[in-house]
Order: sequence, then structure tokens, then C-alpha cells
Amino acid sequence: MTEQDGRLTLLSAKGISKRFGGVHALSDVGFTIGHGEIYGLIGPNGAGKTSLFNVLTGIYEQNEGEFIFDGQPLTGLKPNDVAERGIARTFQNIRLFANLSALENVMIGRHVRTHANVVGAIFRDAKTRAEEKAIEKRAYELLAYVGVSKRANSLAKHLAYGDQRRLEIARALATEPKLLALDEPAAGMNATETASLRGLLEGIRRDGTTILLIEHDMKLVMSVCDRVLVLDYGKKIAEGSAADVQKDPKVIAAYLGGEVSLNLKGAA
Amino acid sequence: MHKLLDPKKYPRGAWVGIVLIAVALAVLPFALAGIGTAWVRITNLSILFVLLALGLNIVVGFAGLLDLGYIAFYAVGAYTYALLASPHFNLHLPFWVILPIGAAVACFFGVLLGAPTLKLRGDYLAIVTLGFGEIIRIFLNNLSQPVNLTNGPQGITLIDPFRIGSFSFAERETIMGLDFTGPVKYYYLLVLVVMVVIVINLRLQNSRIGRAWEAIREDEIAARAMGINTRNMKLLAFAMGASFGGISGGIFSATQGFISPESFVLVESVMVLSMVVLGGMGNIWGVILGAVLLSFMPEVLRYTVGPAQERLFGRMLIEPEVIRMLLFGFALVLMMLFRPAGILPSALRKRELETVEGAE
Repeated sequence: MTEQDGRLTLLSAKGISKRFGGVHALSDVGFTIGHGEIYGLIGPNGAGKTSLFNVLTGIYEQNEGEFIFDGQPLTGLKPNDVAERGIARTFQNIRLFANLSALENVMIGRHVRTHANVVGAIFRDAKTRAEEKAIEKRAYELLAYVGVSKRANSLAKHLAYGDQRRLEIARALATEPKLLALDEPAAGMNATETASLRGLLEGIRRDGTTILLIEHDMKLVMSVCDRVLVLDYGKKIAEGSAADVQKDPKVIAAYLGGEVSLNLKGAA
Repeated sequence: MHKLLDPKKYPRGAWVGIVLIAVALAVLPFALAGIGTAWVRITNLSILFVLLALGLNIVVGFAGLLDLGYIAFYAVGAYTYALLASPHFNLHLPFWVILPIGAAVACFFGVLLGAPTLKLRGDYLAIVTLGFGEIIRIFLNNLSQPVNLTNGPQGITLIDPFRIGSFSFAERETIMGLDFTGPVKYYYLLVLVVMVVIVINLRLQNSRIGRAWEAIREDEIAARAMGINTRNMKLLAFAMGASFGGISGGIFSATQGFISPESFVLVESVMVLSMVVLGGMGNIWGVILGAVLLSFMPEVLRYTVGPAQERLFGRMLIEPEVIRMLLFGFALVLMMLFRPAGILPSALRKRELETVEGAE
């Protein structure tokens, strides 16, 4: 079951390399993500998953390679330009606007799709007022969508951990992304929370947003992802359906350590 | 906060309060003139500081960019007015032409300062802006040669007052039996300007722009990832803050009639920043309170400390100026200990300083 077939390509990466001094965080990584896919990105700690996110979203610039998103190259774009093009992200170590309310957090996500300027803000013309209303309405809708509408007026930092992760997703969705890049959304969640997160991810996909997912929770990855890319030491070591990747000896080696896997093979 | 401006949100009682405040503001200069015209001048200066503090609040309070050279924009505005309305170049443009020019020139300098400092935050930004403030002052001090642009340390004298047709803000007039001195006229103008600036501030704070500034203050990387053009938003904050500084400077020039680089020393920047911090960074009402308190305090001390000492000891032991700095420092220490978010903190600042229970 290759999900690539019959799907138009949304994002393709070719030969992405990123070096920090002598450290090769990413070497020659390439992949394509189709419209409507949930694409998993896994690998041991330090494999370069978050680096790939940071390069993709313009926080770092790659040394080599190119991303083509929706038919356009992303090279040289600033993070805010990338967001405007339609890639929204969350962060591994939650980066909400901690001292603003949940609602304000999502309203800020609407910034990139709204237009009021200083003149509009000062004179509050009809257009600006209508836009403000629409921003607030949409923010409430998104809070309800991810299931934290009861905490709309609580400060982001006072929300429960799982709710903070969901709020980050709502804020990202507020930018109307074509691709939602989630960096370990299930980290720190219990089994129930993870299960309901899975429902949320599937809902987001059903509503037409493609998802790129970094996750350590293998159960979630295996159940929700159409295809998975495995990174180790900045290199792509496997790509394919969740089931295939799981069986790949290189992947097993990467996760369990080379020698152990050899021993396992020998034992088998 | 914007609900403050929505008449429907007010209970009837609040209208009574607003009317009382309006009446108090209208009567104030005449009450003060009864004590001495000096007090009207002091009040005017205090309102100018309110304007300055509100301008700086956009940069520091909203966008979170620590600016220690803010007085430079005041200086730019003041000199723009002085050069275009004094015998120095023999130019006498009307004030409504010069004030926008002053705002634009200050705005330009705001962007000039903002552009190279976009990547700096906190202490580093503070040091660069401090340097910028000094550069402007030193330029003003030395631009008397080879071409006499600023008249150097002597400053510029005989600056025109505001004038509309034959109505001059500097002349004493009796209108409907009331004695309108120059300072009283300026007082009403300043109250009008400050009200406009307050409305602009409130509206900016509760807009798409204001939220973007708050986002930058809270987490710049997340703000950028959400599509906020942090470069433009920061430059906008600098530009807006600087424009308010420029307008205040123009009014300062006209009310004083004389300016020199000495009026724009570093201590003045520190003073305006202290007003913002003392009152409550980010909260417009707090900032106003801070500005009024800190600008009135030295004058009150001037008139009380000296006589009090003479009565107690028979002579002046400590200069009022010395006591002023002592009390000022003491007040700041106490503030930081007991009300670190300011006298009237913004909701945001209060939240920031509170500890989250159960947080890791």
C-alpha cells in the first residue's frame, strides 16, 4: 500500500544537508510527501529530526539541497515567509505565548492571514472591526476543534500539559497551513491523551491538511502514519509504510544498537 | 482594555466619573495658576513626560525592546521644530507643518536605530540604544562647525510659540473674563494631544499589530514561526515610539522657547524609562501615573525640602537636588522589592511575575 500513488506531491526534499561546524546534522536527506498524507519522521535521539524541521521552516538554512513546497522552492525564505506559504509547526519544547490567554495565542496565529495595519488599528474602520470579529470567532472555533475551548481565557501557561500541546496545534492551524509539522505532539501524554490526539490528527487530515509528524510514541506512529521516514545520524536509513519500516534491519539496528541487532540476527 | 472606550460598556456611574475628571482637568490650570504660574508650567512639563512615557511604552512595554536612548527622538523632534521656527535659519513655519515633519524625522531616526539592532535583545539592545542616544546628543553639541547647524552647546533661542493666525499660545489673553496665560493655553493643547495619544495607544494595544508585538515579547521564535514578520513589527514599534517622541519634542521646543543639547542627556532617557517601569510597563494608565509622579516629585521636593530644613535646622543642610536623587533611588529599590511589576501593572506583567503552582 504505497500512499504516494494517486496523491499529488505537496512537499519534496532533495539532498538536504545541514552542518554545524564539523557535525553533520543532516546529510543528503530526500523524501516526498503527498497531499493528505500523514507522514512520520522517526529516529533515535539526535538523529536530526528537529534539525530537519528547523531547516524546513526556515529557522536554519540548509548547506545543500532544496525543498519544493506546493510547486515553489522554499530556499532562503524566513520562518514567517514559510508560514505564509502554508507550513505551520509546533515545537518539541512547547513554545506558546505563555503569559497570553489560550484565545490570544490562537488569535496571534491568525496574524498571517489578516491584514489590519496601523491606520486600521488606530481608526478602527468597519473593515478592521469586521476582521477583528472574524479573528475572534475563528479562534474560538479552533479552540473547540482541538478541545480546549473551556480554557479559552486561561493563560497558556496554566493549561494542563496535554492541553498546551493541543493549543499549540490550534495556534498552528490558525495560520491555515497546507502542511502541519508537529514535533513530538504526544510527548508527555498518557495513553488516553495519546489516543484522543490520534483522533485529532486523523480529523485534521480528513479536513484536508497534510501532516508531518515527529514522534517517539511508536504505537501512535504505526497507527496513524501512512508512510514513515527513518533518520539516523542525519542520514535517511529507511522509508516506507509503518509495517515495512518496523521490519527493516537497519531501523532495528539504529534503535537497539548495531551489535545487539547482529546478536539478535545470530540468535534467530 | 478597548472596552474602556466603548460607551455601551459603561454603567451610568462611570459617566459621572468621566464628567468629574473632565471638569477637574478643565479647572486644574486655573487652580494651579492661583498658587503660581510656575505650577502650570510644571504641569505642562509633566504632561510632556506623559507623552514621552506613552511613546516609550510602545517600544518597551508592548514590543519588549529595551530602549535606553529614547530621549534622542525627543531631541530630534525638538531640534526639528527649533530649526524650522526660529531666527537661527530665519525660518518661521507654522507649527502644524513642523510637528508632522518632526514626527517624520524622528520616525526616520527610529527606523535608523531599529534596523541595525533587529537581532539584539535585552542588555545588548539597551547598550546600543544608549549609545545611539549619546551620539545624537554629541552631534547636536558639535554640529556648529563647519556649518552652523545646531548652534552647538549654546542651543537655539527665540523659538516661535505655537500660533494659529493671530492667536498665539504664548500671549496672555482674557477670554470671557478668564485669565488665559501662555502656559494655560499650552496646558489645554497638551491635554488634547495626550488624549489622542492615549486613544491611539489603547487601540494599537488591542489590534492585530498589538498582538503581534506581544507575541514578539513573549517568544520571538514562535512569533516568527506563526508568520509574524518580526523585522517589520519591531521597526514599526521603534517608528511609532519615535514619532511620539518627536511630537513631544516639538511641543517642548515651543513651550520653552529655548533648547540646548543639555536637555537631552542620558539621565532624561533613564527618567522616562523609570516612569514606564515605576508606573507599570505595558499598562497605559500605570505609565501615565508613573510619569506624573516622577515629574512632579522633584518640583514638590524643591518647594518643600528647602523650607523644611530651614525651619528645622535654621539653614539648608542638603541641597534639594541631592535629596531628590536619594529619594528616587530609594523609591526604585522599594518598588522592585514590593511591586516589581509597577504601581499599576499590566495584566501581562502581573502574570509574568507570578509563579505557576505545580510548574516543573
